[in-house]
Amino acid sequence: MKFTTLMASAALALGLAGGAYADGHEKTKVGFVYVGPVGDGGWTYEHDQGRLAVEEEFGDAVETVFVENVAEGPDSERVMTQMALDGADLIFTTSFGYMDPTNNVAAKFPDVKFEHATGYKRLHPNVSTYSARFYEGRAIQGHIAGKMTKTNTIGYIGSFPIPEVIRGINSAYIHAKKVNPDVEFKIIWVYTWFDPAKEADAAKTLIDQGADVVLQHTDSTAPQAAAQEAGGVVTFGQASDMGQYAPFPRVSSIIDDWAPYYIARTRAVMDGTWESKDTWDGIGAGMVGIGEISDAVPAEVREEALAMKAALADGSYHAFTGPLNKQDGSPFLADGETADDGTLAGMNFYVEGIEGDIPQ
Amino acid sequence: MGSGTDMDLSAINPILLIAAMIAAATPILLAAIGELVVERAGVLNLGVEGMMITGAVCGFIIAVNTGSPTVGFIAAAVGGAVLSLLFAFLTQVALANQVASGLALTLFGLGLSSLMGQSYVGIKPPRAEATPLGPLADIPVIGPIIFGHDLMVYLGLGIVAATWAVLKFTRMGLVLRAVGENHDAAHALGYKVKRIRTLAILFGGACAGLGGAYISLIRVPQWTEGMTAGVGWIALALVVFASWKPWRVLLGAYLFGGITQLQLNLQGAGVAIPVEYLAMSPYVVTIIVLVILSADKSRAPGSLGRTFHASG
Repeated sequence: MKFTTLMASAALALGLAGGAYADGHEKTKVGFVYVGPVGDGGWTYEHDQGRLAVEEEFGDAVETVFVENVAEGPDSERVMTQMALDGADLIFTTSFGYMDPTNNVAAKFPDVKFEHATGYKRLHPNVSTYSARFYEGRAIQGHIAGKMTKTNTIGYIGSFPIPEVIRGINSAYIHAKKVNPDVEFKIIWVYTWFDPAKEADAAKTLIDQGADVVLQHTDSTAPQAAAQEAGGVVTFGQASDMGQYAPFPRVSSIIDDWAPYYIARTRAVMDGTWESKDTWDGIGAGMVGIGEISDAVPAEVREEALAMKAALADGSYHAFTGPLNKQDGSPFLADGETADDGTLAGMNFYVEGIEGDIPQ
Repeated sequence: MGSGTDMDLSAINPILLIAAMIAAATPILLAAIGELVVERAGVLNLGVEGMMITGAVCGFIIAVNTGSPTVGFIAAAVGGAVLSLLFAFLTQVALANQVASGLALTLFGLGLSSLMGQSYVGIKPPRAEATPLGPLADIPVIGPIIFGHDLMVYLGLGIVAATWAVLKFTRMGLVLRAVGENHDAAHALGYKVKRIRTLAILFGGACAGLGGAYISLIRVPQWTEGMTAGVGWIALALVVFASWKPWRVLLGAYLFGGITQLQLNLQGAGVAIPVEYLAMSPYVVTIIVLVILSADKSRAPGSLGRTFHASG
């Protein structure tokens, strides 16, 4: 038994070595760590589309591996370590909660490049961070939501109270309030990125409590199904188009397009030009896409939304433009002032008008 | 701090809240009562999550293709039971370790279900109608709370009552408990330990399958990979905290489901309790209540988790 195993692995090793020799170089191995299943229809699905795009772009020159449903925390460290030991050259870790594990593992494998999504810690020269300016998309959602709500109650399903999620809530609220001064946000924190039953429960609760628009910052399509079931409730696709719920309840969406970034970074590793950096791209660079605004949205609202999209894309408008106060009434941005990236990255307060406290 | 004290409890509709509580409790209840029977027969099957998700996908596929949620639920029970048969084979015939086999069953079920469900993402299942109880459902307040649910809610309650009655009053229940308490003695008396355990495992699989399908056909309703998201593990824990007693499983499941819904409603209404406490409350309250209840001399079945081999 042992002998055959040994022979098998020896043969395998020879085969791999032979393959590498024939090509003249080894395949670049790219690993992906996912927080949910690739079939979630949202966040993880889009990262996996990025992975497939890398395979398409480089063909036989790359090999990609992924592990799905990896819990944030210590378990993810084990998965990343295993990937690095298995010879990965570049590892994308695609959830906020992988931040410390990514840096811990990066310290142990200085020759492996790590890319952490939505985080801000780059403690080692082999760690980069990247994220998308989802809040730009939230501004457009807020505008449409504020125009379309009849009950003036907008429900919001929060995952974890981290800056990225709080930014989204603020951005949506600012733009809903701008077009509808009577609008009120009801926020429910579910403390999960992916739990369809809990997400559906949260959506139903919000709908039962009078919300006729439900925004979600969780990964599954369950809130879409709940809204469809309830009828007359507007939703937006989150992270992915969720087009199967169009034209109603899903009237538009924020689409994360990671493919160009993943391809560029993989190429950088192949060329040897990879270096640690922070990337934060929005609608302009194409990392944040706005899914088709359906016919359920009145024509003039669609025009306004598209105009805002264009202004956000060319930089003539910033989603956080003063005058804005914080929730406690203290000044946040003066008239015409825009928020800098540092403030946005660490945002831990609601803007004026949102009720309730952010869980600490 | 902030203006976060502006709560509006009038936004909570008690009738809708109770309906939501029952819907949240039913999958846990179904899975837990099945596992209770398995454990009372002396077998620890940690594969509940895997059987639930398999039931969820089988029920969904069949319901979509036949247009009938009822046929879907039957398929879910069959799917869960067939998967549990694998566990029965491993532990009762091959005498494999129950813990390892159960964990393997969960992993296998998660993988199998995502494979089976690949072309069913984004499809809307046929709607399960409320049970036609006629004028009963029209009674104000009580009607929608007690008589306004789908058939599975009543079936779940019926299974709990039947399990209790069978375990307590019938010869069959006595034999099952004997096998669970001391399989060697039961074997010496001539009872077919493996056959009885296999039947219990099948029952547990069918119940878990029903619980899973309740999530994919009624509670969410859609198919998404991994959509049971740990409910099977909660059901497993519930059986232990309920001291292997059917009515306590019912109490625990309703408490857990109820407080889960209540805390979402309180959040939506802006109640000034920190969200962290609200979010952990279902776990904490359920455990406290059941631990207090189990202060009596209830204990685990004597042969729980031990492999039976008829050697002499």
